[in-house]
Amino acid sequence: MSSETKQILTTDGIPLEVSLKKAERKNKIKAFLLVAPLLFFLIITYVFPIGDMLFRSVDDKMVTQMLPKTFKAMESWDGQELPEEEVFAAFHEDFIKLVEDKREGKLSTQLNYTKNGFKSIIKKLRRASKKFEEGNYKEQIMSVHKRWADVEYWRAIQRRAPEFTGQKYLKGMDMYVNEEGKIVSVEEDRRIHRVLWLRTLEIAFFVTVFCFLMAYPIAHLLATLPMKYSNLLMICVLLPFWTSLLVRTASWMILLQQQGIVNDFFVGIGLVTDDNRPEMMYNKTGSYVAMTQILLPFMVLPLYSVMKTISPSLMRAGKSLGGTPFVAFWKVYFPLTIPGIGAGCLLVFILAIGYYITPALVGGASGTLISNQIAFHMKSTLDWSFASAMGLMLLSGVLVIYWLYNKIVGIDNIKLG
Amino acid sequence: MALPKYTEPHYRIWHYFYLTICGAVFFFLIAPLFVIFPLSFNAEEFLSFSDGMKSLDPDAFSLRWYKDMIYGTKNPWGLAAKNSFIIAIFATIGSVILGTVAALGLSSRHMPYKGLIMAVLISPMIVPLIISGVAIFFFMAKAGLAATHTGIVLAHIILGTPFVVITVTATLSGFDHSVTRAAASLGSDPVNTFMKITLPLILPGVISGGLFAFVTSFDEVVVVLFLAGLENTTIPIQMWTGLREQLSPTILAVATCLIILSTLILVTAELLRRRSERLRGINQ
Repeated sequence: MSSETKQILTTDGIPLEVSLKKAERKNKIKAFLLVAPLLFFLIITYVFPIGDMLFRSVDDKMVTQMLPKTFKAMESWDGQELPEEEVFAAFHEDFIKLVEDKREGKLSTQLNYTKNGFKSIIKKLRRASKKFEEGNYKEQIMSVHKRWADVEYWRAIQRRAPEFTGQKYLKGMDMYVNEEGKIVSVEEDRRIHRVLWLRTLEIAFFVTVFCFLMAYPIAHLLATLPMKYSNLLMICVLLPFWTSLLVRTASWMILLQQQGIVNDFFVGIGLVTDDNRPEMMYNKTGSYVAMTQILLPFMVLPLYSVMKTISPSLMRAGKSLGGTPFVAFWKVYFPLTIPGIGAGCLLVFILAIGYYITPALVGGASGTLISNQIAFHMKSTLDWSFASAMGLMLLSGVLVIYWLYNKIVGIDNIKLG
Repeated sequence: MALPKYTEPHYRIWHYFYLTICGAVFFFLIAPLFVIFPLSFNAEEFLSFSDGMKSLDPDAFSLRWYKDMIYGTKNPWGLAAKNSFIIAIFATIGSVILGTVAALGLSSRHMPYKGLIMAVLISPMIVPLIISGVAIFFFMAKAGLAATHTGIVLAHIILGTPFVVITVTATLSGFDHSVTRAAASLGSDPVNTFMKITLPLILPGVISGGLFAFVTSFDEVVVVLFLAGLENTTIPIQMWTGLREQLSPTILAVATCLIILSTLILVTAELLRRRSERLRGINQ
């Protein structure tokens, strides 16, 4: 037997394997070049800015840059007793520079976030510092106000030394770092963000459940009816799907108002009295009703596309083997629709959890979600780093669901219309 | 769905119960849209049916809110409509070009890291709009494009491309690649092959993706709220301010026009979908 295996060569004399690999690589590059424009466009205008949000949410360089010498001098301070003269001297030097640049106001605002009471003592220090004599700054600064002689305040300054902070994330969960450097929750009655997170989850969950309960029967009907009827009924699902979100929200605002048609109907059938019409808008009910109707098509379409592929003969087989229609449905049909259920529920949940417009218009104070809080901080308080932190907390939740969706359904299988 | 004659009574009852439920859900889906129509012809300034409307008195109906929408002096609807159409058209063109080219690459079997890249390209559709809004606002502010048409168009291209990528990839999955090879063997260069062979075949998918991109842009309010200045106002922004502040019937007139527009788009999209299914031989 010959031990030599003959290498197959192409007409150019190159081994076939090498030549094939080369062609393969060429094809890979060609395919990638087609995707590249969109990919790079999205990376620059979308992925990087989301990274920028991450940076903004933890960025705390402002104070670090305002008091460089102080923090340098504080490196050797253990934080037990009042700091030494050199720290006071460094702080004085930094402070004089800030006063010259008229930036001491910013410092006081920033330090006040860490500990209340900085605003007034910094104002006092600015006035007093004009008459300071050279040397022995410790005595002079401490004599301005008794808080300057309180070691707690110096510890508060020291806590602002790092360039990065997770403080905004803690604030998003209603927690903060206290004087001892421990992470604690704010008082019971001030935990607004936790309430919002829970409410967001609750509303998203129940909207998903309602959508599922309503979509399942109609998707089944659409999938089993003859084509000519189902096409007509499909319009009932697709017309809302293609109609402007604001138009649909507007129609709910008209329907749900106190003198609106739904209330008229309730009065008409004697459910409520005319002078006791229930408030159905500007509260949770409004959010539930409007969001369920708006998101319903996103549940119907995936369910429909799965149900369409289930052959009716399977149900007939189940029945012919002795199952009642209910047993046949539960043991044969329902398990086959689970991929559609998974797709629809995850899609609706993802969309509901980040909803903004509809809750803002019909949700009132008790029906708004975390998105509304993010918009509020972006537009009203201008605390962009906090808005970024909250946005990223929401995003991480959504990405987990997205990952699940990809595992269960596969993003290539998203169907539209 | 006629029941066979031998159906037992309790299944018969169950069946009609199921049909009633379905009817109720369809009603819940579609009825809210039809409230807007009659109220937009209201002669009075209220957003509820007047007694005259209930008794179908012709005097209770008028076109005053439509006139107000078009000729109203304080009304920004003209400017808003112009901006909306300009922005949506450019955003659609951008999304369709970028999305179609990317979809061609993605459906090649040689594409490396397909899953990861697809996840990135689809992400603007999955990430909550408020987060996209914040991120895009930061970018546009840095690039000096906040409060410009260009900035809004770019933002809407970001939001619109996932739809084009999805629909075109779906169309390409049923595409017979031997026709492009046949074209190549007959001496056609890739660009010519794309224009003469591939594009006409995938056109329904491209157009329906374009329709999605158009509607996304035309209907988008969250990101625009962050980006738009006074001159960049769009129809959704005007609707949003209108719904928050003075809920006037003019909004209903605009809403009626938008419903008519979406009906037209729906019909186009449906016709295209059926055509492409027929071409692929899926339709029974």
